Amino acid sequence: MKLSGSEIIIECLKKEGVEYIFGYPGGAVLHIYDALFNTDKIKHVLVRHEQGATHAADGYARACGKPGVVLVTSGPGITNCVTGLATAHMDSIPMIVISGQVSRQYVGSDAFQEADATGITRPITKHNFLIDSRESIAEVFKKAFKIATTGRPGPVLIDIPKDLTDPKVKISFSYPKKINLRSYKPAIRESREKIDEVAELISKAKKPMIYTGGGVILGNAHKHLYSLVKKLNYPITNTLMGLGGYPATDNQFLGMLGMHGTYEANMAMHDCDVLLAIGARFDDRVTGDTSKFCPSAKIIHIDVDPSSISKIISVDHSLVGETAFILKQLNKSLDRYIKKIDTKSIDKWWRKIEKWKKKKCLDYKKSKDIIKPQQVIETLYEITKGNAFVTSDVGQHQMWAAQYYKFDKPNRWINSGGLGTMGFGLPAAMGVKLAYPKSEVVCVTGEASILMCIQELATCLQYHLPIKIVNLNNRYMGMVRQWQEFFYEGRYAMSYMEALPDFCKLSTSFGHIGIQIDKPNELEVKMKEAMKMKNRLVFIDIITDQEENVYPMIKSGQAHNEMHLSPTNEDTELA
Amino acid sequence: MTDNNEKRYIISVLVENEFGSLSRIAGLFSARGYNIHCLNVAPTNDESISRMTIVTMCNEQKINQVMKQLDKLVDIVNVKDLTEETHIEREMLLLKLKCNKNQREELKRLVDIFRARIIDVTDTTYTVELTGASEKILAFVNSMGKIKIIEMVRSGALGISRGRDSLENIKRG
Ligand SMILES: Cc1ncc(C[n+]2csc(CCOP(=O)(O)OP(=O)(O)O)c2C)c(N)n1
Ligand SMILES: [Mg+2]
Repeated sequence: MKLSGSEIIIECLKKEGVEYIFGYPGGAVLHIYDALFNTDKIKHVLVRHEQGATHAADGYARACGKPGVVLVTSGPGITNCVTGLATAHMDSIPMIVISGQVSRQYVGSDAFQEADATGITRPITKHNFLIDSRESIAEVFKKAFKIATTGRPGPVLIDIPKDLTDPKVKISFSYPKKINLRSYKPAIRESREKIDEVAELISKAKKPMIYTGGGVILGNAHKHLYSLVKKLNYPITNTLMGLGGYPATDNQFLGMLGMHGTYEANMAMHDCDVLLAIGARFDDRVTGDTSKFCPSAKIIHIDVDPSSISKIISVDHSLVGETAFILKQLNKSLDRYIKKIDTKSIDKWWRKIEKWKKKKCLDYKKSKDIIKPQQVIETLYEITKGNAFVTSDVGQHQMWAAQYYKFDKPNRWINSGGLGTMGFGLPAAMGVKLAYPKSEVVCVTGEASILMCIQELATCLQYHLPIKIVNLNNRYMGMVRQWQEFFYEGRYAMSYMEALPDFCKLSTSFGHIGIQIDKPNELEVKMKEAMKMKNRLVFIDIITDQEENVYPMIKSGQAHNEMHLSPTNEDTELA
Repeated sequence: MTDNNEKRYIISVLVENEFGSLSRIAGLFSARGYNIHCLNVAPTNDESISRMTIVTMCNEQKINQVMKQLDKLVDIVNVKDLTEETHIEREMLLLKLKCNKNQREELKRLVDIFRARIIDVTDTTYTVELTGASEKILAFVNSMGKIKIIEMVRSGALGISRGRDSLENIKRG
């Protein structure tokens, strides 16, 4: 079969089973677009800004586990992808970005729309390629997909000069079945001795704690995790990225940990004697002051990335490999140590945890006059019966969504945890909706964040993506305002959102439906109405209490047991 | 940041001889705030692979991270910390010196002591070549005394382990 470079690219994508490309055309990729025009196997989604393409591909990948694919032009096309690549990179999301480059003879000459794509994206991709010959296109694609999806996943950029996609030059094509990368061999499993050693330590714990992150979800290890936790009857907490990795409604689940984690999760972290960390990376938003982190615990870390081990917190034991594989091994081994568990101590530990739970740290006072943001998320949870895919932007609304929407399944909670990218929520929801057209997809956002990628409302109309947007409209960059209240004596510099658009009119002008809710007693009814419109995108603009803060909160330099609780429960007695 | 536990580490790296490999490695050091004292890179007998020797100053915890982060780069075939094992280090120095008549004898004497070689001469300058471990290079430079150094070029350290050990050109999964 003789094909042009452009046709080869399309064939490679087909061979990889790609369903959707999120993209935006331009000079350097017009040959590729022309080849795409002739295929109906792959659907192209025309976004309205390349950042939207990257987040949509990212959301797609987070929801269904397959790599998201992006196609953009050179220069401004690829520079617009920088935020999306960095977002995916921080959260280890498999993604392939194909960017056009100026023809080889112009590379390095400051040609029109030339940007050093591989140079710019090097620190924010898992790997990147600049293709230098037609003959290597297929091999590079094979490598790119392998690198993006194996080991610790991540985004890979492929930059391809325009002349290599010329439809007139054809070469023979075959897609490699397998590719061997001598310099890339991610670890898979651990030795039996190391597993047994860890199993024994786990079984000897008197005050154990399990802390899991995004690695459980990315590694598809939730089932093995569930068996492990049930077998042990130990408490478990999830990071922001790990929510849904363990069912939130299960009674062994203590909620999220970290800066805005629950009282019980953070206290149990501080007091535990054995900490089992799985697919988590000891982010500073999780650890608080590292010198006071889990002061009396032996720490075990399971992760696919060897460089995560002892990077922030030095650990006592590590198991490096795929989380699912390692947990399977560990579960087997634990069966032999389970008798050693000191159930009396574990019961005592649970009694202590129950006392912490009594603090009810997520309680808040409702009001007759103004809607509380927490209440919105609780209502959303009830209406959707906890079954929705929820994407979010960044700010207070993100934390409330994480705290009050109880995710029982993995891949349902989709947010930019690592980079904290405002503007992520709406385009990510588009990707999720395309992956699961029949499922409810809700974007929980804030009036500041939503404006960062608002143009994607047009994409939603074109491709008929009936997402529900829940805008917690507090007229503030709430998270910024909260920090200014706490750390800058209430000097609210630039955090008030002046000149806000009328969100209902705005969504109507994009061809969607907009409704506003501002009365607490109408919240449930009107939200239900909105959610009932299955075939329409509804922008639900909810006017919420401006001054509400996210609690509990660990301020910087503080330990897990030094949380600040909300005024609502600060007066309840400490256990 | 200065750290009292800092010491000198010498690392050997085998890297795919591919576009951008060097900048990937240099970028990793700068992005993560690791220091590069010196770095040397050149092709090997296997033309698809280049070998680097990197010398860095850091503490033990950091060197572990440096090694792991290097290993994680997709282009890197193998990494080895030579510091703790018996190894040989060599560096080359080229030194252009301004040397008046009275200093010539002194210079020749130093060249003999250090087993250096004079490789170029003009009426006012001498150019000297010296190979050795970094300490020897430094000792030689420091012994120049009043002889004025016009130009100095160092290759940076090259390292290889002693005995039969070698850096495999394949990564073990
Ligand atoms: C692109 C980007 N710019 C700036 C920030 C810093 N930032 C974090 S939260 C926030 C305010 C978000 O406001 P809003 O979307 O209204 O959410 P709220 O906190 O009010 O719920 C800002 C500016 C960010 N995370 N991302
Ligand atoms: Mg806001």
